[in-house]
Parts: sequence; C-alpha cells; structure tokens
Amino acid sequence: MSDLDNLLASREMVLVAGSGGVGKTTIAAAMGIAAAQRQKGKILVLTVDPARRLATALGLDEVGNTPVRIKPAVFKEAGVKVRGQLWVAMLDTKAGWDELIRQHAPDAEVRDAVLANPLYQNITSRFVHSHDYLAMEQLHDLHAAGEFDLVIVDTPPSRNALSILDAPGRMVDFFGSRLLRWLTVPYRSRLFTVASKPFYQVADRVLGSRFLQDIADFFVLFQAMESGFVKRARSVEALLVDARTAFVVVTTLETAPSHEARYLAEELLQRKMSLGAIVANRVLPSELASAAAAESAEALRERSGRKLAKIVAADLDDAPVTVVDGVLDQLAERFDDVALVAARETERRADLAALTPAMLDVPWLTGDIHDIAGLGGLADHLRVDSTLR
Amino acid sequence: MTSLLDLDLLWVTGKGGVGKTSIAAAIAEVAARSGRRTLVCEMDAKGALASALGEDRLDFEPTEVEPNLFAMTMSTEDSLREYLRLFVKIPFLGRIGPLAKTFDFVADAAPGVKEILSVGKLCYEVREHHYDLVVVDAEATGHIVSQIGAPKVIADLVQVGLVRDQTQWMLDILNDPQRTGVAVVTTPEEMPVTETAELLGRLTAETGAHAAAIIANRVLPVLFDRREQAVVDQLDAAMPALIDAVGSGAPVVVEAARLTEARRRTGAEHLRRLVEDLHAQDGASASIPMLTVPELFSRAHGRRVVSLIADGLADELDVELDVEAASR
Repeated sequence: MSDLDNLLASREMVLVAGSGGVGKTTIAAAMGIAAAQRQKGKILVLTVDPARRLATALGLDEVGNTPVRIKPAVFKEAGVKVRGQLWVAMLDTKAGWDELIRQHAPDAEVRDAVLANPLYQNITSRFVHSHDYLAMEQLHDLHAAGEFDLVIVDTPPSRNALSILDAPGRMVDFFGSRLLRWLTVPYRSRLFTVASKPFYQVADRVLGSRFLQDIADFFVLFQAMESGFVKRARSVEALLVDARTAFVVVTTLETAPSHEARYLAEELLQRKMSLGAIVANRVLPSELASAAAAESAEALRERSGRKLAKIVAADLDDAPVTVVDGVLDQLAERFDDVALVAARETERRADLAALTPAMLDVPWLTGDIHDIAGLGGLADHLRVDSTLR
Repeated sequence: MTSLLDLDLLWVTGKGGVGKTSIAAAIAEVAARSGRRTLVCEMDAKGALASALGEDRLDFEPTEVEPNLFAMTMSTEDSLREYLRLFVKIPFLGRIGPLAKTFDFVADAAPGVKEILSVGKLCYEVREHHYDLVVVDAEATGHIVSQIGAPKVIADLVQVGLVRDQTQWMLDILNDPQRTGVAVVTTPEEMPVTETAELLGRLTAETGAHAAAIIANRVLPVLFDRREQAVVDQLDAAMPALIDAVGSGAPVVVEAARLTEARRRTGAEHLRRLVEDLHAQDGASASIPMLTVPELFSRAHGRRVVSLIADGLADELDVELDVEAASR
C-alpha cells in the first residue's frame, strides 16, 4: 500500500490545505478518486469554489450543500476503476449560515428577526472569517451524521492558511468579546457610562448613531444564540485535533507557496494536529537538475561550426542545416533557465520532505485537468509508493 | 484610454500568488523613474512590499525608498487617528490608544468601516495632490470588490453621520476613469485567468471603479518558430547522434525545451481564452489593454526582481526612464 492509501484508509477526515493557486481543489478531487479506487464505502469530497470546468467534470453544475454521487457510468466511460462510491458537495456559505441560525435560534421569533435583519448577510460574510468557520461546521455535521466513511475537505482559499485552524476559537472569542458586550448594552445606558462616554460620542459622530443602533440590534439577536454557537465551535475545535483527522498540505515548489506550506506544516505540528502528507504539485522532472544534463547542455553550447547540425540534419526529414543549428543554439541557451528552476525545486522539496511523514509528488502535466480521466491519472501519481522513487 | 501612469490612483490586484506585490512595486518604480512623485501602499501589512523594495520594514508614515518613490503600509488605527485629527478635530491624541482599540472591534464587525478608513486615506492623498500617482498593492481578486466598493456600501447602509458625508468626495475620485484605475495581474494559468475574467465582469457595476489594464505576469518566451518546431518534433530520430556528440544528458536537454514549450503553449491558450471572455462581456472589457511581463529565470530576488520587472514594464508602457535615476 502506498503512503496515500494508508492515510486515506486510516482516517475519517482529511483536510486539504495550502495557499491559493496551487491546485488544491484538483488534488482534493483526485484524492477522492484515489480513495474510491482503493477502498469500498462512501467517500465525500467537500469543495469550495472549484474552477468551473472541474465542477462540470465532477457533475457539480447545480450542487449546493447536499452531497451528490458521481455516477458509476461516468467512471466507466472515463476508464477509471473504482470500488467505493464518490460523492461531492460544494460549500454554500449563505445557505450554511441560514442553517446555523435555524439550528441555534431559541425560538422562531429570533430566527426570523435575524434572517430578516438588513445587516445579517453583510456582517456574516465578513466577520470571524465566516467561510473558514462554515467549512469547519459542515465537516463537523457530516462527521456527526456518520453517513460517510471518509470526508475530504478542500479548505477555502485564504491568504493565511492558518485562519481556518483558528476559526472555531475565534468564534468562541467573539462571543466573549468586549465588542459584543458593548454592542449589546442598551443604547441609552451607554451614553451615561462616564468612563466610556467620549468613545460613544466619537463613534456616534463618526459612524452615525442610527448605524450603530442597527448593528447593536443585530448583535442582541445574535447573543441569544451564544450557548449553541459556543458549544458547537468547541466541538468543531476538538475535531481538528482528533486522531481520526489528518491534514494534507498541497503546494507547488515555487518560492511563495512552498514558504507558506512550510509554515503551515510547522504550525500543524506545534498545534498537535496530524500532518498526514505534503503533496508537491506541478513538479519538474528532477533529472533536469542532473549533472549529466548540465554537461550535455554545456557541450552543446561550446560546439564549434556546423558539424553537429549537419550530422543531426542528416537523420531528420526536410531539415535545413541552418534551422537545425538554430534549434541546437536554443536548446543550449534555454536549458539553464529550466535547470535553474528544477534545481531550486529539488532544494525546496527536500526542505518540505523533512517535515512530513509522507511526501507525494505530482509531475507537471501538459494542460489542465478537467475530466474524470484526468483526475484518475492524477490519482495514480498520488498513489505511487514514495519509497520506489 | 488613459495611460496607467497618468492616473492619480491605481489599484493593483490579482489572485494570490501571481506576483501582485512585485508588479505594484515595479509600476511605482517606473512612475518614479519617469519623474512622477509616487506613493506605493501595501494594504494587508504582510510585509511583502517591504521585501520587494529591499526595506526592513514600512510604516504608515511613508518612507522615501528612492528619489520620488515613497512607500507605506496601511494601518486602520493610524488611519483613524489621522482621520479624527483632520476631520473631527479631536485633540486628545494621547488618549486615543484604548479608544482606537475599541473602535477596531466595531470596525471589525461593521461592514465597510475598516475598508473605508483605508480607502479614505488613499483618496485623501489623491485629493490633496500630495503625489502624482498613488499605487496600491491591494487585496486579492476575491476581496478587492469589498475594498474598493466600501464607500458605496457605506453610502447605501449608513443614513447619517460624518462617515456618510465623507463618501461622496471619495466616490467622485474612485468612479472617474481619468483618475482611478484597477490593474488586474494574472499569470497564464487557468485559475488566475478565470478569476480575472470574473472580476472584470463585475468590477465597475459593484464598485464604480474602472479597469485600466490586465498585466500578464511570468509569460514564457517563444522558443521555436514554426520551422524550428518541426525540427524539434523529430529530434528523437537524431538522438543517438546527439548523445554521441554531447553526452548522455542530451535527451534531458531536449526534454527541457519541450516541457517549456508545452508550458508556454498552455499559458498562451489561457490568455487567448481571457481575451475571448472579455470580448464576450460588454464593450468596455474588450478594450482593456494587456501588458506582458516575461518570466524571469533569475536567481535575483527582492529589489533586483522589481527593477527587472520595471525595465520590462517601461517598454510595455512606452515610458522613457530617467537613466541617471535608474543607475543611482
């Protein structure tokens, strides 16, 4: 069994994290296929904001919070053999929040008042990184329901990948914060609190008292749901350090993404969260950085006259010696560029490999992946046993 | 179409990881070297702009990093302090610490308040003509709309108050395509290109601001013309001769060129799709100019990279640089 197979078989939840643009969604989907190839049972890939063509490939056109199964016929057509069932769902933040409010509102009156509040949507989409929190919430729900054997979550893109780990804690903090207390003090008594009077005056003048009142109204409603929210946030937090949960960090070997991946991996270790694997995506073949290749490029660059061009041209069809000579020049000139990139990648890969129990490579593939067959190919790369490399 | 450098305020955005900060710094450098008094401002205080400019750190108070080029990092608290001093005429600056902290809490929750303090600061610099050009290393494509659109949100949500009154002059600056523009940086890859097209489709409708340029970053050079490509395609037939002449690494050298060329072609295809998508949108999107910045295969980093990009951008923008300034 490969490293990835082990991971996917032994955990119930896999969170795929990493900086934006590294192919996280695609890798999460490919891991879903890899799991379905290896094991029976129901596997769910929960994704956010996938590239449109990938969504279409997965049959995700009209999908919301409710998981849908990818039909066996689709796999058959693509020539991908699976044993388990692969389900996919897309994270819908607005619907997710509405659902949370419905669950935690003490009564129908509060529920309707919150949902109808003009600031509701605007505020929920902004504070405490609600995307991140919602992803955690949904994971918790899915896990609690026990309907799936394995849930793979493609975490929302965020500049700081850690914000997702902090999201539940932030939710708890928010309910205990001065902000909420202040906002929910009845407006009149606020004005007469001597110590804070200057602040309220400034805030009123700057923001307008009506606006502050609108915000306060909203949070008074929100506070009614505190106990429900805090309890949930705590169990979501516990889920992150659960032995059945693993993180997979996806990165490319470019400067910024590998830096972010390193930071994320170190933070996971520090927080006692389980790092299952690092996936290096779009990796250049390592032999590009080999000494033999560099020597050949050097020899090509140092060649004199057109002797070699003539020899090569003789082996080809319809190839003028001048054109061949130009090609040989380009090959030699451009090799250094690519070799430099490959050499850097090799260094960064070694750096990352030291941090993780499993390092998986996905080679740079021509073209983008936008069908099940392509994802199946990617799954094959992920399942290669790293000890064979 | 107003040239990028003739604007008063230029927002530089793009999907995370496409090189937004380096491009913003390079545009500012080109502007400064062409004789314009230029301010470049980092909005997220992550410190990327400081390292791009080769500085240890940047503050809210601008630093002159080279002649004509000033750099700062945005801070909501400092911005609030300045705002209170200038507009509300509040004198107790010494005691603002805890006040600003509490205010920060409110700003965190209230839609648009934090953003409007930052956007307001930039618009203020423009209104007061402190600089010829203000370049903003702005939020990524996902958040740029709520950043630039903050004055519009506030104008819609807040009925009365000073902040409400302040939005109109900001909107006048932000909505004028002669004064304010948005440059969207992309790499020739699927996701950045898709996000670029989506952003351009809704930018003006949701924020009132206009797109000024698309900047295609890390574009690979064309390696072979058509006749050369025909030779490359059948080089395997001559591989024994090549190995004989230059050693066993010959196949890898050929493979390297093929990989680069395949990568370039995929990228070019994405950029072509972007142009098509923009033509399918309304008339304005189709006329947004696209500038190209080549992939820099270089060991350089920080300041050196920014200068290399600036050289390329100056060509694209058709700007004569002050050579003396460049060599300083």
